[in-house]
Amino acid sequence: MQSQETYNYKVVRQFAVMTVVWGIVGMLVGVIIAAQLVWPQLNVAEWLHFGRLRPLHTNAVIFAFGGCALFATSYFSVQRTCHTRLFAPGLAAFTFWGWQLIIVLAAVSLPLGLTTGKEYAELEWPIDLLITVVWVSYAVVFFGTIAMRKVSHIYVSNWFFGGMILAIALLHLVNSAEIPVSLTKSYPVYAGVQDAMVQWWYGHNAVGFFLTAGFLGIMYYFVPKQAERPIYSYRLSVVHFWALIFTYMWAGPHHLHYTALPDWTQSIGMAFSLVLLAPSWGGMINGIMTLSGAWHKLRDDPILKFLITSLSFYGMSTFEGPMMSIKTVNSLSHYTDWTVGHVHSGALGWVAMVSIGAVYYMLPRLFGEKQMYSVRLITVHFWVATIGVVLYIAALWISGVMQGLMWRATNPDGTLTYTFVESVKASYPFWTIRLVGGLMFLGGMLIMFYNMVKTIAGKPAYDAPVVAPAAHAA
Amino acid sequence: MDLVDAHSLYTVMAFVTFIGIVAWVYSGKRKAGFEEAGRLPLTEEDSPADGRQNGGD
Repeated sequence: MQSQETYNYKVVRQFAVMTVVWGIVGMLVGVIIAAQLVWPQLNVAEWLHFGRLRPLHTNAVIFAFGGCALFATSYFSVQRTCHTRLFAPGLAAFTFWGWQLIIVLAAVSLPLGLTTGKEYAELEWPIDLLITVVWVSYAVVFFGTIAMRKVSHIYVSNWFFGGMILAIALLHLVNSAEIPVSLTKSYPVYAGVQDAMVQWWYGHNAVGFFLTAGFLGIMYYFVPKQAERPIYSYRLSVVHFWALIFTYMWAGPHHLHYTALPDWTQSIGMAFSLVLLAPSWGGMINGIMTLSGAWHKLRDDPILKFLITSLSFYGMSTFEGPMMSIKTVNSLSHYTDWTVGHVHSGALGWVAMVSIGAVYYMLPRLFGEKQMYSVRLITVHFWVATIGVVLYIAALWISGVMQGLMWRATNPDGTLTYTFVESVKASYPFWTIRLVGGLMFLGGMLIMFYNMVKTIAGKPAYDAPVVAPAAHAA
Repeated sequence: MDLVDAHSLYTVMAFVTFIGIVAWVYSGKRKAGFEEAGRLPLTEEDSPADGRQNGGD
């Protein structure tokens, strides 16, 4: 054993706890806007209007909840797989406080109506600059830690986290290129269809690198740890990484089918989206097959249930996505609830569930405990959340296909069969079911919060000693 | 060489690079090395009960 040197768990603890807190906030806003669709009279004031709360919801769940989960898990696993303390602890603390400030600024500015209007990049230019500073600090801490590693090999989860950090830096800088006209208003440097293409190059790669590569980093570390088995095929994980890197960047045009975007660009987007099915399913199979020969662990380990179910949803949504990118399918699905259901199959089923599993894994270890206060409550959380997701996506599949069919239906004389508002009216029952599903998922997060408080309340913070690498690995 | 040629060349190079990576990863020589790399996270115990060595729990 070495001296008393310990891993930097403090910043991991901070991000892990805030993952749960921001998860509840972001999902609560989601439930509120879902209720506003069912009861429009809930749009009580301009700053609580659906149009302003919706970007708050997406920013909160993606960047506050998902972002904190990525910071926590990457800081935890990069230290442990590199057998070294986090590089530049002061800078790591800055990434925590800086990221929280960004979240608070988003929570204030978006309801005030201050927005660039670019989906998932709504925050105005001063916040964009702050994001850049924090993100570069994150890169310095992460890659600095890898540079100080005590083992020669860089474990695959770090490749996924590292790829995510570099790609998000690139996407953010290009898509946020804007000309400020005042402290709270800016205009993009791009115009017309180029602006749209840059936006969806950004938008889809935010899905591909933030919401996929980053969370695959979680998968490749936490699934083997919780299952106590090495990943099914390490070689497949390397191919998985490079296949995603080479393919994802081209898929964005599928968001712009049948628009002013040139046809050939749309077709390239569709082709690369279809190709993405292969690496996505390779990765899913790699994660799930890690349990091969030890399926019994799934029966009584709710953390493993979360992790493996998240991979099932990853597989489902990465099958659905390529299918929806086919132009003829897209002509039915685009602008309908089907898209929203697809996103939530990925966001709730994959991103949230893998994060929840990883946070349940880390929390006791960060406070010197062997396990969560109540393993039974994790099981309850799992079932409430799973049923909630299924209700949510099934309801929006039905309403989405229904809306698509109603919008395209024509009478023999060529006039539209239905007015738009008739499709809205027909959607109400499904929006109500979606609200119930969302409430259940939020309820699960509240159970997690209670379990977290009971696990950590009164417990001293615990920083594990740095483990010397096994002799042959050094 | 115009821009379209450059883009085409880049696409072909990216594809060839990827095929090269796959061939490199799956070459027989590296099987053992990658299997060892896969066990990397499992070579260390992170449960605090083991880390503290206090006994009695």
